[in-house]
Amino acid sequence: MKISVFWVSIVALLIAGLVFTEVVGNEYYFTALYVILQATMMAVAWNILGGFTGYVNFGSAAFFAVGAYTAIALDKALGLPLPLLILAAAAVCGLIGLGVGYLTLRLKGVYFAIATLAMAIVLETLVTNWTYVGGARGAYILTPENHLWFDSYIQMLFMLMLVLTLGSVAISRRLNSTRLGRGLAAIRDDEVAAECAGVPTLRLKLISTTVMGAMMGVAGAPYPFFVTFVDPVSAFNLFVAVNAIAMPMIGGTSHWIGPVIGALLVGSMQEIVTVNVSSELNVLIVGVMLVLFISLAPQGIVGLVQKHILRRRR
Amino acid sequence: MLSLDLFANAIVAGVLLGGFYAAVAIGLAIAFGQLDIVNIAHPAFVIVGSYVAYIVNTHFGLDPVLIGVLVAPVFFLVGVAIYRIYYAAFERTGQESLSGLAFFFGLMFIIEVVLILVYGVDYRLVRAGYIGETIELGFVGIPFRMMVPFVVATTGTTAIYLYLSRTFTGRAILAVAQDRLALQLMGADPVRIKQFAFGLAIATTAIAGSLLIIIGPVEPSLGRLYIGRVFAIVVLGGMGSIPGMFIAALILGIVETLVATFMGPSWAPAVAFGLLLLTLALRPSGLFGR
Amino acid sequence: MKPMMAIVRVLAILALMTSGSTLAQEPIKIGFSMALTGGLAPAGKAALIAMEIWRDDTNKKGGLLGRSVEFVYYDDATQPGKVPSIYTKLLAVDKVDLVVSSYGTNEIAPAMPIVMRKKLVFPSLFGLAVNDEFKYDRYFQIMPSGPEPKTDWSKGFFDLAMAQKPKPKTIAIVSADAEFSLNAAGGARKNAQRLGMKIVYDKTYPPSTTDFTPIVRAIQATKPDIVYVGSYPPDSVGMVKAANEVGLTTKMFGGSMVGLQFAAIQKNLGPMLNGIVNYDFWVPEPTLDFPGVKEFLAKYQAAAKGKGVDPLGHYLPPYAYAYLQVLAQSVQAVKGLDQAKLAAYMHKTTFDTVVGKVKFGSNGEWAKSRVLFVQFRDVQPNNLEQFAGPGKRVVLHPKEWKSGEIVYPYKK
Repeated sequence: MKISVFWVSIVALLIAGLVFTEVVGNEYYFTALYVILQATMMAVAWNILGGFTGYVNFGSAAFFAVGAYTAIALDKALGLPLPLLILAAAAVCGLIGLGVGYLTLRLKGVYFAIATLAMAIVLETLVTNWTYVGGARGAYILTPENHLWFDSYIQMLFMLMLVLTLGSVAISRRLNSTRLGRGLAAIRDDEVAAECAGVPTLRLKLISTTVMGAMMGVAGAPYPFFVTFVDPVSAFNLFVAVNAIAMPMIGGTSHWIGPVIGALLVGSMQEIVTVNVSSELNVLIVGVMLVLFISLAPQGIVGLVQKHILRRRR
Repeated sequence: MLSLDLFANAIVAGVLLGGFYAAVAIGLAIAFGQLDIVNIAHPAFVIVGSYVAYIVNTHFGLDPVLIGVLVAPVFFLVGVAIYRIYYAAFERTGQESLSGLAFFFGLMFIIEVVLILVYGVDYRLVRAGYIGETIELGFVGIPFRMMVPFVVATTGTTAIYLYLSRTFTGRAILAVAQDRLALQLMGADPVRIKQFAFGLAIATTAIAGSLLIIIGPVEPSLGRLYIGRVFAIVVLGGMGSIPGMFIAALILGIVETLVATFMGPSWAPAVAFGLLLLTLALRPSGLFGR
Repeated sequence: MKPMMAIVRVLAILALMTSGSTLAQEPIKIGFSMALTGGLAPAGKAALIAMEIWRDDTNKKGGLLGRSVEFVYYDDATQPGKVPSIYTKLLAVDKVDLVVSSYGTNEIAPAMPIVMRKKLVFPSLFGLAVNDEFKYDRYFQIMPSGPEPKTDWSKGFFDLAMAQKPKPKTIAIVSADAEFSLNAAGGARKNAQRLGMKIVYDKTYPPSTTDFTPIVRAIQATKPDIVYVGSYPPDSVGMVKAANEVGLTTKMFGGSMVGLQFAAIQKNLGPMLNGIVNYDFWVPEPTLDFPGVKEFLAKYQAAAKGKGVDPLGHYLPPYAYAYLQVLAQSVQAVKGLDQAKLAAYMHKTTFDTVVGKVKFGSNGEWAKSRVLFVQFRDVQPNNLEQFAGPGKRVVLHPKEWKSGEIVYPYKK
């Protein structure tokens, strides 16, 4: 029964999204929702490796940025349509994720995190020196003319992002609740013990890093079309990495719905604050929120809810 | 273009730069390398140290390094206070790795914004008699602006290393990371030891901050550029090893400078962090790790 | 009954329309995003102060078209990703009447598709060659780069160099790995090639570079006749200090170093600046005493006290004031907010502003470049006030604004 509820909700959300694009003319909602959906995808992706498998990735911005730059490079070289660009980004970033998994075979915990940070900086330097995509000069992606049956390009981007995000949530849910997910959780709890119990830790870790990488690349691929001007500094920036970690943490890392809740909550908060508080206070609010939430609810919102339900049951 | 003159100067400059990096990283070598506290806000504290140096230097004309040393005890107390919050919220409940990280992320942003709100976003610089002077030893020139931070960093690192290996409290700090239970059985309170150590770590940022603003202008978001470097240095040197950290810092400084002089500066970060990746792949415990 | 009611309604509406001032109590809203935090904040905040002075000046004189002027702005935190949602909100939710840009190419470009779709006039504040990509006919850039921004930017530096005898033959070009500096250096490269110079050093450095001594030494080793630098504030300071410590010997040194126009940096670098030939947009030389600029700067300096921004405000603030002047004068002239009429007026008119006469070309850039090249002279140590007056930054180029002769070669 549970499965059908999930799929029904997915379909319902898709239809709601379509209706939204037909009914609502105010473009602001689409830009705001795009940003929130992008953050949700990043959070869901991060959580696959971070929450499910227990490996903290500091370099999320790198996957996102490589996805964006793959889209830019192929758009410039071959002029491919957006769906193909997204597939290419998924492939490239998935491969990088696989590579990261292989190279960090023996690294655990904090060493793995530092390695991802180092990898992010190396990738950023490579992109900065890659003049074909503009290097540090930045690249302009002009908004294409074609936006199918939608009223405007941003509505199409919104719908696209909705589809991609719901897809990633479905994948994440599958990873969480199947035997695969239990294997990942075993790695998170005690890798050595899991190995001894016969869990194919290497294979699962590689699956984890690859899926995470691919998903983040997909989140990044439409970004150049949203923002029009991309340069390495803004694509590889710290906020992307922080949000990718903070949102699942606030939502709860052990369950697939945690990052979704966290992203919706924090993302909306950030968006509301950006367009209502006209000063540097908005960064402060995010920082304070993070500290408070983490201190008071370390297991995230999912953790709070679970505790509540447990208490009720008693 | 590989002239001896250029090469010698590059090595010297690299060593001086590395010394400075060590000053910034030593606090993290204690907090992260020995106490396993992922203090990602460490560079933000260094920036606070820079601002303090700026304020006092502008109003009273004191030498920045002196200011750093004078203010270090205050930073120590701040470090102790933060550790207590961290301990109560995370370590006691065993949540430290991920939640602690998020906590320090939040702290980093709060510090940055408070600096902006109080001091604004303009660049701050300090004045000292020796900034701008250079001594020439043959064909090698050593600018004071880089030499003073190097000397201070080396002195400080040596002092801390001796403290950690020779005094009771110091050795307790080294011990607490390795085996908390054994330490308790030996009669020392691990929480108090860790509190002291973290305070010490933050105290070093007061001095590191004054060194930073001697080298160049500072503004609130500058800390972000150092996050990667300091963690790389601590890991490269080996967790828990102070001499390892220092050597790693020197290596980083020299590599960056050689690449900048002969290859082209834009590749320096890739080479430096590529080196780190290589080390992690081949010898994850770092150069001198435990 | 019904026709009567209709007539009454129409009469009422007509009465309201002709009464003019009662309906026109609604303020005119100008919307924009500005970098108040993040890397571009020092300039963004200074610009905002200048813009608020303009708003207050305008409202004191009765506002625009008899209506008071209001700003609706948000902090884009130097993150281009925030700009689309800010501008869509400004237009769709806050329903602003006019828009202007944020500061810097990174923050201007993301807004372009949105304003282009709504066909709005877009006065922009300091972005290099943004419109080369979009070719939007309602874009207006207040930075005086000139009709071909990327090469016009450094042309003055080369004109000055080539006027010397003997002509310099070799050049070292170094720049930060970031959008503006790379573009400026690219323009310099083209100019150098056009003049048949030999480029003996041509490298970039990452913005996180701490020590510039090795870079300056490497440059020195190539023995260049002139050195062109494209840098941002922290690196500009680093380069100048390193050049001083290494004892850089070259005939001309400077170029497009951002930051040497900021008061705090000028005060700190002091005599190390002497001899450097660098770009600027406004300096307190007698040739640039445009009507209104001194009064504006006095107001700015009073407002900037204690706000942690550039205390003198010579660089960006006068232009932030000017681009609103241009917009306001156009609105008054076309007596309304019709964007097409505004654009047409802005293209064909020469405006009188606090930065002098402003005339736009067909691509929205200045019809004639006015990138000043100034040389620092007689700078005394640790003195901020000396920069408030003439004599410390002598204008060498263009000829119309020249206030002194170059001291060549630059030597330490």
